Amino acid sequence: MGDRLPSGDAMTSAFPVLAQEVNGHALAYLDNGATTQMPVQVMDAMRRFDTHSRANIHRGVHTLSQRATDAYEAARARLLAYVGGSADHELAFTSGTTESLNLVAQGLALPAMPSGGGEGALLSPWIRAGDEIITTGLEHHANLVPWQLAARRSGARLRVLQPDAEGRLSTQALAELLSPRTRVFAVTACANGSGERPPYEELLAMAKQAGALTVLDAAQAVAHEVPVLSALPCDFMAFSGHKMYGPMGIGALVGRREALARLAPLRMGGDMVEWVSETDAGFAPVPQCLEGGTPNVCGAVGLAAAADFIDGVGREAISAHVEALREHAVAGLSALPGVRVLSPENRRTAIASFIAEDVHPHDIGTVLDERGVAVRTGWHCAQPLLERLCQSPTTRASFALYNTHAEVERLVQGVAAALDMLR
Amino acid sequence: MSGADFDLYQQLVLEHKRSPRCFGTLPSPTHQARGRNPSCGDDIGVQLQVEGDVLKDIRFEGRGCAICIASASMMSEAVRGQKVDDAKALQQRFRAVITGELEPEEANLGKLVSLGAVRRYPSRIKCALLGWHALMHALQGEGSGSSAAAEEDPDIVVDHAAGSGGAAAAATPDGAPR
Repeated sequence: MGDRLPSGDAMTSAFPVLAQEVNGHALAYLDNGATTQMPVQVMDAMRRFDTHSRANIHRGVHTLSQRATDAYEAARARLLAYVGGSADHELAFTSGTTESLNLVAQGLALPAMPSGGGEGALLSPWIRAGDEIITTGLEHHANLVPWQLAARRSGARLRVLQPDAEGRLSTQALAELLSPRTRVFAVTACANGSGERPPYEELLAMAKQAGALTVLDAAQAVAHEVPVLSALPCDFMAFSGHKMYGPMGIGALVGRREALARLAPLRMGGDMVEWVSETDAGFAPVPQCLEGGTPNVCGAVGLAAAADFIDGVGREAISAHVEALREHAVAGLSALPGVRVLSPENRRTAIASFIAEDVHPHDIGTVLDERGVAVRTGWHCAQPLLERLCQSPTTRASFALYNTHAEVERLVQGVAAALDMLR
Repeated sequence: MSGADFDLYQQLVLEHKRSPRCFGTLPSPTHQARGRNPSCGDDIGVQLQVEGDVLKDIRFEGRGCAICIASASMMSEAVRGQKVDDAKALQQRFRAVITGELEPEEANLGKLVSLGAVRRYPSRIKCALLGWHALMHALQGEGSGSSAAAEEDPDIVVDHAAGSGGAAAAATPDGAPR
């Protein structure tokens, strides 16, 4: 079995937070599906920005403002390239996946501004009464609740593409739901609750063919198995910085320019207008019209550095490593009596979510923490999925490039000890 | 690792988790309520038989972690047959110990002292208090009533479940009578 990637100590030393003990044991941080840790390269980039270039962006004629503007726009270009955007795509910075998905769901249910703004009539909303929105049973609450609300506000109907008993989505099931009324199809690139990686390429293509706008929640796929936007029939893709070794509080909504222009902005104010009179305003084009207010410039700089870090290590190497760790964990955990790992056959995922007969995830999580192993327990903001698959909250281990097979062994041994003690 | 060298999971706690006392329902409860912790799915229904000022009998059911189940089990054992006022006073002392306001040795908790280590695990405090929230809420009313217990801890949702069968629904998620 391979160990750390690319070489043990070099990788650990890039992540200072990992070099600590928790409850007397070396920290094994296996909660990367919630938040990954930041390498010094990202911290350094942010520190450099704050030390030399911090100022507000756009329209400042002074040197620091220009440097900040350049850094922000360079970060935008870097991240658009990172997710495979083409000349037809734009990227708007947001606070993260949740804000991105809310922007899409609410922005499609409200009247949008005509480009250039001013006297022109508002565009009628993309989603109207009688329309249908399709999301899936695999989703994080952030890709479900905004659609519930958008449907209620607009009089549209929300339909849910349900997974089978093993938690898999099928194209046949989607075919039964699609209709000329379908205006939006929203799906995850990897279910955070179960680790299931659905065939989103085929699903998005079917929805696109039916005339829907397509939305991909890439929160769990942005640090490995990164979707390539220009190769996907995808109108909107959302992701978060803190799940790709970047800072918290920054993320993005990327999409086709025409699709982004259908969104009603949710934050009116500075930096999203071209001119303002006392009674009217002309709006900036996308993506600026979606970024009202002072953005998280330092966060954007850090996020671009995270993209550089990932590409420096190598996307294929990262994917191979975390998927091998997941496979190791599935084998070890499944061998324990009364333990069931969700989506065990799925290979292209870094998440191992499991339940154990007669032992509650909170107890497993506490026993593991006592051994220095950090995992997440509960519903993972995916309660409908887990109610359907196992009627229970789960324990979830999720892997990143700095994790090792030795840490997976500690996970399995810790779970075994918890079962021994608590049953 | 065994329970013996992990003070959160003392042998008595594990024993109550494995064989909870007073687990089930009463044929005709006079009071009942249930508490839920939406973040982890823990869900405990409590049924009481109160005669005069005495808590004659108690049953609980539902689902939860070891700390939650053991605490509800030890609570039921401790308050059964006691005066209602004594049960309420015990809840106050137990809560004060778990939230770090009172030392375990000073609280006269009896067997419940074995849950004292929960105070060092902030993320588990609500687990230990869930059954007690349901108990207090049941005692506060016979059907409709205040949500005082819920207000004490915003993480916990407490529902009255008047009439028979209410707490029996405790094992079904999201079947909460509101």
